[in-house]
Amino acid sequence: MKIDIAPRLAPAPATTVAPLLEVEDLAVRYASGGSVRRVVDGVSFSIAPGEVLALVGESGSGKTTTAQAVLGLLPANGAIERGAIRLDGAGISRWPEKRLTALRGARISLIPQDPTTSLNPVRTIGAQIAEILEIHGERDRSLIRERVLDLLSRVGLEPAEMRAGQYPHQLSGGMRQRVLIAIAVALRPGLIVADEPTSALDVTVQRRILDLIDELRREDGTSVLLVTHDLGVATDRADRVVVLRNGAVQEAGPVRQVLAAPRSAYTRQLLQDAPSLATPRARPPVSGATGIALKVETLVQEYPVPGERGRLFRAVDDVGFEVRAGTTHALVGESGSGKTTTARCIAGFLRPTAGRVLVGETDVACLSGEPLRQFRRQVQLVFQNPFASLDPRQTIAGIVEEPLRNFEPIPKAERERQVRAIIERVGLPDSVLTRPPAALSGGQRQRVAIARALVLRPRVVVLDEAVSALDVTVQARILELLDELQQDLGLTYVFVSHDLAVVRLIADTVSVMRDGRVVESGATEQVFQAPESNYARELIAAIPGMTDEARKAAE
Amino acid sequence: MSGANPVAGVVPVRLPPLGLTLAWAVVGLVLAWAVVPGLFAWQDPLQGIAGRQLEAPSLEHPLGTDGLGRDMLARVIHGARESLLGAFLAVSVGLVFGTTLGLLAGARGGIVDAAVMRLVDTLLAIPSLLLSLSVIILLGFGSINAAIAVGFVSVAHFARLSRSEVLRVRRAEYVEAAFGSGGRFLAVLWRHVLPNALTSVLALAALQFGSAILALSTLGFLGYGAPPPTPEWGLLIAEGRDFLATAWWLTCTPGVVVLAVVLSAERISRSLGARRT
Repeated sequence: MKIDIAPRLAPAPATTVAPLLEVEDLAVRYASGGSVRRVVDGVSFSIAPGEVLALVGESGSGKTTTAQAVLGLLPANGAIERGAIRLDGAGISRWPEKRLTALRGARISLIPQDPTTSLNPVRTIGAQIAEILEIHGERDRSLIRERVLDLLSRVGLEPAEMRAGQYPHQLSGGMRQRVLIAIAVALRPGLIVADEPTSALDVTVQRRILDLIDELRREDGTSVLLVTHDLGVATDRADRVVVLRNGAVQEAGPVRQVLAAPRSAYTRQLLQDAPSLATPRARPPVSGATGIALKVETLVQEYPVPGERGRLFRAVDDVGFEVRAGTTHALVGESGSGKTTTARCIAGFLRPTAGRVLVGETDVACLSGEPLRQFRRQVQLVFQNPFASLDPRQTIAGIVEEPLRNFEPIPKAERERQVRAIIERVGLPDSVLTRPPAALSGGQRQRVAIARALVLRPRVVVLDEAVSALDVTVQARILELLDELQQDLGLTYVFVSHDLAVVRLIADTVSVMRDGRVVESGATEQVFQAPESNYARELIAAIPGMTDEARKAAE
Repeated sequence: MSGANPVAGVVPVRLPPLGLTLAWAVVGLVLAWAVVPGLFAWQDPLQGIAGRQLEAPSLEHPLGTDGLGRDMLARVIHGARESLLGAFLAVSVGLVFGTTLGLLAGARGGIVDAAVMRLVDTLLAIPSLLLSLSVIILLGFGSINAAIAVGFVSVAHFARLSRSEVLRVRRAEYVEAAFGSGGRFLAVLWRHVLPNALTSVLALAALQFGSAILALSTLGFLGYGAPPPTPEWGLLIAEGRDFLATAWWLTCTPGVVVLAVVLSAERISRSLGARRT
């Protein structure tokens, strides 16, 4: 697991080489519901042959729109207002669809964001790779077959013959992304546009996929336009970065220069907020005097395997840990590790098959009905996606007030006062109270979700990937808020996350989970500095953008 | 894309699509007919004028007269009340009973769900005209009973749709969050599940309004609806049928009105459904 960074440190390609792709003063607008918005405004950059350029920005920065414009794949309501896109010196931005079709796949190709939805579920992956060869004029069946098998083994899907006959649902997310990469490199294009190619994948898989893209492009001398929100990924993989915000370029330059001496305030902010690049804040030492707020003992959760009678799948297998009052315990692992199942058992949403979950003196595992409802005052869950966890038909005041209405027979005026107080506490203005969730940004919504969880003054708050869906700068603010609330209110957090970099910023203690078991646990710094298990080492090494010393220390 | 800049110089103009405006206009006009028919028709819809049967459209009788010398325009306009009232009643019956069944099935699940939905499947298996005729024969003739019969048929459709919507909303994170903040089952159902499941059910109601008018007209045409001489669109079409060769407008004008209202209801229903996303 070594990353060869030497090519990145080589001097930038000489300027005499004609750029492969040139984007000049590009402006793109969207028309929707009678109004017109310009989402990309005056973006210029160029990519030399064999170079990796990263477009970095938050959601809404126009990075994906720029990539779509390059591919000629803007949505129907989008249009290029001005500017030029030149590929090999020829301006392609005004080309008719038919000419672009011949270009796409052959000269420019795309690695899409979400491998789970980008493959046709009713065709074998072999047929889907063959399709791009057929579209671009290959007729010889045996030659196509040979090329498909060759491509599959090139992207590491072995044995190729078996894989070619499989359907997408038989493959994991990472394997599907490999299929999409095989399609993208099939015709050895000059430029690959990779639109958040790993955002939907686990960290260790993410690293392998990025390694694969790196390897393939180096063999073929392909250029890559890497679209990402993750500054860590960009610094790891790109030669140069372009930082976008609100459709305009904030900063552009070689990676090392931007990292070492960012010129724009926004880039500095991004660098500061990126969890993988930030230095962990010193958390106040936990005094040994505080009691245990939460104790999980030999927790087991089994599910019946669908379609197979009597067989059980063990999602959580003999998990145990203790959390001191006023501290944060993190559950870390990749998807399928059982961390969310554990969290849901703690919050009383799932009844474990065996084991105990003690909050104070109560065993959550044996509660049901009215006692369980009463218990919810003590443990609250904050969900991952603030776009799904707030009822779109309620006002913010209604959302935050609801727990009080469920439990406390207090007069309306007093309820209103408490709602106002907690909304202010999470750093939102009064004016949001009468608005629906749709009028708020993602970060504001998550603040509302936190307010709803805190309005009952619980002892334990379970945060299920509570910051994973947010942009880095928003994420940083929410983490600060959580920290502050913990100090002031003495809250105990259980923080579920797949993102080790974030965990390092907020957790006092950590349990690393894999396949339903705890493989390592202990104080956060100890686990990060001297991981004992191979799996923890692998996870830490996979954090993108980590400094090389830290990586070496981890390996 | 919250941070996008509005383009200067482009004034956002929001005009509803022409078809939708037209649809609302048709529905508005027909509603006005039902509420104040006197404003639109100055002749008596029930009292014929002797010796002036089956006249062609003229200035005095814009749509001509029928076989008894009654002004056709007045009969079409006065017919709106009977037809719309019937359709409204039919849709209400379907909406209330269907949604209740669907909500129950979707929210409770398990055996309740299975029992309710098999019942609904049985209802759907019977041809709708046959089903409404059977209900009328059980309840007796009359415009109210015809409306109930038509509504009964649509219960199955409403139950199906509302169940699937409830199942969708039931899985939403905000419903789980509501249980997490200590909500009791019925409170969560009332506060979160019902309002969020109702949008497409209302769109279906608008659609069913059109088909209810059609179904009521069918029943009226067959003689199971309002008794003559009440002006009702289906009945008007049936009465004009005898004179199709000599006075085609007696059949066609009420037919065109029914068609326009049904199409308008469909268009409005589609716009309601689209707003959901």
